[in-house]
Amino acid sequence: MPDTIDKNTFSELQEAAGAEFVTELVDTFLEEAPGMLAELRGAMDAQQADKFRRAAHSLKSNCHTFGVTRLGAMARELEANGLESGAGALDALEAHYAEAASDLKELSRGE
Amino acid sequence: MANEAGAAASRARMATGPGAGARLLVADDNKVNRLLMTRSLELLGHKVATAENGRVALEMLRSATYDLVLLDMEMPELDGFGVLEQMAADNQLRSLPVIVTSSLEGVADIVRCIELGADDYLHKPVNPVLLKARINSSLEKKRLRDQQQELIKRFATSEVADDLQESGFALGGRRVRATVMFSDIRGFTALVESQSPEETIELLNTYYTLMFDAITGQGGVVNQMIGDGLMAIFGAPQALTDSPLAAVRAALDMVEMIDLFNVERVGMDKEPIRIGIGIASGEVVAGYTGTQQRATYTCIGDTVNLAARLEAHTKEVQRGILLDGDTQAALGDKVPLDALGKVMFKGKSVAVPVYAVKAQAQR
Repeated sequence: MPDTIDKNTFSELQEAAGAEFVTELVDTFLEEAPGMLAELRGAMDAQQADKFRRAAHSLKSNCHTFGVTRLGAMARELEANGLESGAGALDALEAHYAEAASDLKELSRGE
Repeated sequence: MANEAGAAASRARMATGPGAGARLLVADDNKVNRLLMTRSLELLGHKVATAENGRVALEMLRSATYDLVLLDMEMPELDGFGVLEQMAADNQLRSLPVIVTSSLEGVADIVRCIELGADDYLHKPVNPVLLKARINSSLEKKRLRDQQQELIKRFATSEVADDLQESGFALGGRRVRATVMFSDIRGFTALVESQSPEETIELLNTYYTLMFDAITGQGGVVNQMIGDGLMAIFGAPQALTDSPLAAVRAALDMVEMIDLFNVERVGMDKEPIRIGIGIASGEVVAGYTGTQQRATYTCIGDTVNLAARLEAHTKEVQRGILLDGDTQAALGDKVPLDALGKVMFKGKSVAVPVYAVKAQAQR
C-alpha cells in the first residue's frame, strides 16, 4: 500500500466499529464521494464560496475517518483556501481520488 | 478471526455503561459520518435517530423527546450554530445537552459552541473511548439536572425552578421588597389528640395541597412547612407586580378553600378547622440558604418576624387574616379592612398598626 492510506487509522476504525460494518461504510463513501467532487467543481465554476468550503470540509472529514491521508490533506487545503485554491488544486485532487478510492476499496476487502 | 472476536468482546463491554439505553439524536449532513456515529452509539447501547441538517434536527427535537444531541456544525439549510441558538431560545430545549462533533479548525469556533450552550466538543474523527466517556458524563449531568428540577418543583413553582436553573443555585442573598405570609391551623394540638395519627397526616396532606394551590395560584412560594404552619413569600425570587395584593388574595383563597373543606368535614361528622394568617410587607433579605447538598429559598428580617407575630395575634383578636401597615398602604381600598389600632409585639421597640380583612371580603 502506497502513502494514500494510514493503515493504523483504518484498522482502529475496524476494531471500534467492526470490519464488516467498515466495508459497508467504505462502499457508502465511494458512492458519496463523486457527488462531493462534483459539488466542489460546480461550486468553483459558480463561484459559491460557502458551498465550496462545505464540500471540501465534508470530504476532509470522511478522509480523516478512514485514514485516507493524502486526499484528506488536499481537501483540507481546499477548505482552508476556498475559491482561492484555483482550478489546478481541484484538478490534482480529482486526479488523486481514483487512486485513493481503489486503495481504500482494496483495504476494506481485506486485500 | 481472533482479532474479530476480540473486537466483538470489547464492543460488548462498551455496551454496558451507566447511561445505556438513552435516546440520542445525531445531526450531520454527511452520510458516512451519520452512519458511523449511529453505529458507534448503538454499540454503546443507545437508541439513535438522525437528521441530515439543522432544520430537520430542530423539527425532530420539537416533536419527540431525546436525552442528548450530537451536533455537527457545518450543515446546509441551518448549521450547528443556528441549532444551538434556537435551542437556547427555547424553554423546552434549553437544558437538553448537546455534544458538538465537528472537524472545525481553530479554537474560536469551539469557544463559540460552548458559549452558545454546548456541553462538550469532540473533534472528528471521534475517538470511541472519548465518545463513550463524554456521552456518559453528559447523560449523568442531565439526569442530575432533571432530578434537581423535580425536587425544586416540590417546594416551588415552575417559575422559581426556572430562576434556580438560571441563577445556577447561587447561595447568595439579596435585599428585596416582598410580602411574607404565615399561616397555621387554630387549635391544631387539641385536634391531633382527638383523632388517630393516620387521620392527622391525611388532614395535613389535604391542608397543604389546598394551601399550596392557593399560594402558588397567586404567584407565591411556599418555603417552609412546620407541623401545621407554613411560611410563604410573594415577590421573591420572582418579582410580582403587586405582591401585597397577591398575598391577600391568596389568603382569601385559602380561607375559602378551608370553608369548602369544612363542609366536607362536617358532612363526615368531623370538627371544622380554622386557620389564622398573618401578612407583612417590606424589605427582606432573600436567598438560597443551606449547604450545596441541601438548600432552601428563604427570607429573613423584621418583615418576616412581624408576619409571624401577626399570625399568632389572630388568636387574640379572633380574626382570620391580619395585615401590617405596609401591606394595608399598598392595598388602598382594593380590599375592605378594619383598623385594629396599634399593637406592641414582643421583640419590637414601637407599637405597629394592625389591620384585619373584613369578614365580608372573605365571602
